Amino acid sequence: MSAVTTDAPTAKTGPVVTARGLTRHYEVGGGLFSKPRTVRALSDLDFELTPGRTLAVVGESGCGKSTLARVVTLIEEPTRGDLSISGTNATPDAWKGLRSKVQIVFQDPYGSLNPRQRIGQILMEPLLINRPQMPASEREEKAREMLRLVGLRPEHFDRYPHMFSGGQRQRIAIGRALMLEPEVLVLDEPVSALDVSIQSSVLNLLIDLQEKMQLAYLFISHDLSVVRHVADEVKVMYLGRAVETGPKDMIFDNPQHPYTKALLSATPRADPEAAKERIKLEGELPSPLAVPQGCAFAPRCWKAQDKCRKTRPLLDGAVQKSACFFPEGDGVPSADAPES
Amino acid sequence: MSLLRLRNLSVEFATTGGRFRAVDQVDLDVDKGDVLAIVGESGSGKSVSMLALMGLLPWTAKVTADEMVFDGHDLSKMSARARRKIVGKDLAMIFQEPMSSLNPCFTVGFQIREALRIHLGMDRRAAQARAVELFELVGIPDPEQRLKAFPHQMSGGMNQRVMIAMAISCNPKLLIADEPTTALDVTIQAQILDLLVRLRDETGMGLVLITHDMGVVAETAQRVSVHYAGQKVEEQPVRPLFRAPHHPYTSALLAALPERATDKRLPTIPGVVPGQFDRPKGCLFSPRCQFADDHCREVPPTPRGADLGLARCHYPLNTDERLAS
Repeated sequence: MSAVTTDAPTAKTGPVVTARGLTRHYEVGGGLFSKPRTVRALSDLDFELTPGRTLAVVGESGCGKSTLARVVTLIEEPTRGDLSISGTNATPDAWKGLRSKVQIVFQDPYGSLNPRQRIGQILMEPLLINRPQMPASEREEKAREMLRLVGLRPEHFDRYPHMFSGGQRQRIAIGRALMLEPEVLVLDEPVSALDVSIQSSVLNLLIDLQEKMQLAYLFISHDLSVVRHVADEVKVMYLGRAVETGPKDMIFDNPQHPYTKALLSATPRADPEAAKERIKLEGELPSPLAVPQGCAFAPRCWKAQDKCRKTRPLLDGAVQKSACFFPEGDGVPSADAPES
Repeated sequence: MSLLRLRNLSVEFATTGGRFRAVDQVDLDVDKGDVLAIVGESGSGKSVSMLALMGLLPWTAKVTADEMVFDGHDLSKMSARARRKIVGKDLAMIFQEPMSSLNPCFTVGFQIREALRIHLGMDRRAAQARAVELFELVGIPDPEQRLKAFPHQMSGGMNQRVMIAMAISCNPKLLIADEPTTALDVTIQAQILDLLVRLRDETGMGLVLITHDMGVVAETAQRVSVHYAGQKVEEQPVRPLFRAPHHPYTSALLAALPERATDKRLPTIPGVVPGQFDRPKGCLFSPRCQFADDHCREVPPTPRGADLGLARCHYPLNTDERLAS
């Protein structure tokens, strides 16, 4: 287990990733006579990732989930805001050293593995690039070790990706992400391309690996039943902003923001006998090019008032925070929140 | 007499490695106003069986059936020409990817009017009026303007509505929806599913919903047909299926859902769906089944009675009457 053991700090440690006011805007268009327009993909996001814990980010397409993944994995520089990874401020000149601490697993295991490389090569490549002085024998040993760790057999080392099923490919992708012994794993819809029976075994693997290596997960998903199963903390996003954030049980049992409530009620439950009380949202997501003034959710919200359309509510609350002037439920975040 | 009656439907593909049986002896019945969900994982043949019905498979596919009767017409004995008169009119289908099923070179208005012109013989003005009406029906705001739009100018949810509008344009008797909401967000998915069920209520058409999402099944379907490796392994009304599945595969599939989990570790189904070259001799699920014995591995099971959900299993589960009722 030499490849992966990191003295398993069982005691609670500080956050490994801290983000404050993280913002990423893109400029698009802008021809000869027109001004470029700004896509506000991600605005003012605060979060922390802690070893051994999972922060799930949920939201529909266009809510900035994938932009967040790109910023945290240091693929893109934030427009504004601070991102610090294991104590180091993640500015572009520090990226090179930090990249091995943050790794990513993509959604589509068919597109994210090079079809012309054998599994062994795929697993060894991160080491080849980031630890060039490592002897080849050690590299191979680590790759074989990883193969076992993610639940594949030794003979798979010399096979090509097309010889594997979707679930096995996702295991390979997870293994590749773990080769550099990262502290943070960004999981961008890791199981949504997989069948239910395969999905459960990949989720089990992720849970095992997190326990074993005390990884911090940033789990991006639109599937709320999966999120409910794996997450510790949940952040609900809408048009680039967090609208609600808090411990999983509080978000699922007592959603405060109307959008969270609508999202939960729209998610089909695999129980034909459950009482169905569905909140139907009208319309679709506004374009992130023209984010409404005031609350971004106001045009689709059933309780929006003039105040909502004029001023944007800020995230507010003690443990469970929501950005709404007229929150759902009892309106008072319960004080006896579990301090897990 | 049911609207759709399939008996012993099999589809084989000629591949370089020999014949591959994608659909294996499937029986299905759909009545008017019925909502039947076909569930199964990838490779279970759920889409192929419906494509075979529509006559949309490539020439490499060999379709055989004892009966393939839709609304009194035997589709298997019809000429392709006669069949095209029915397919798209009385028998319509919605596909999974709205973006790739619409022609990017024509406006959505042209594409929807084309169906009206060809199947119903409408003139331009009548087709335009009907198209506007259909867009309103499926909840597309500002229909006159939207008819002039190209598919790329609209969102996935809107395009899926266009597909639905097109499919229901000739008042089909049976609508087959192949994963109609898989590419869409949950709030849009809820809108589309409500729309489909509402259309069923209003027009009395039969609805076949192909999906792998058990949540969608539970909330939308009346009957569920579970498919595995090309075979129908179980069929039951939705409530008893979720309460007391008879086939071990259905049971394992339900247990693997995160929302049914009682433990942090989810129950899994070991192994993978058999492919072309490792098809078991006996029960197709036996290599992955926790209850399988030598009998299962040797002798392929035949469907049981309706009281046991037509389960293709030697040892069906939940046979206790009190549990099942």
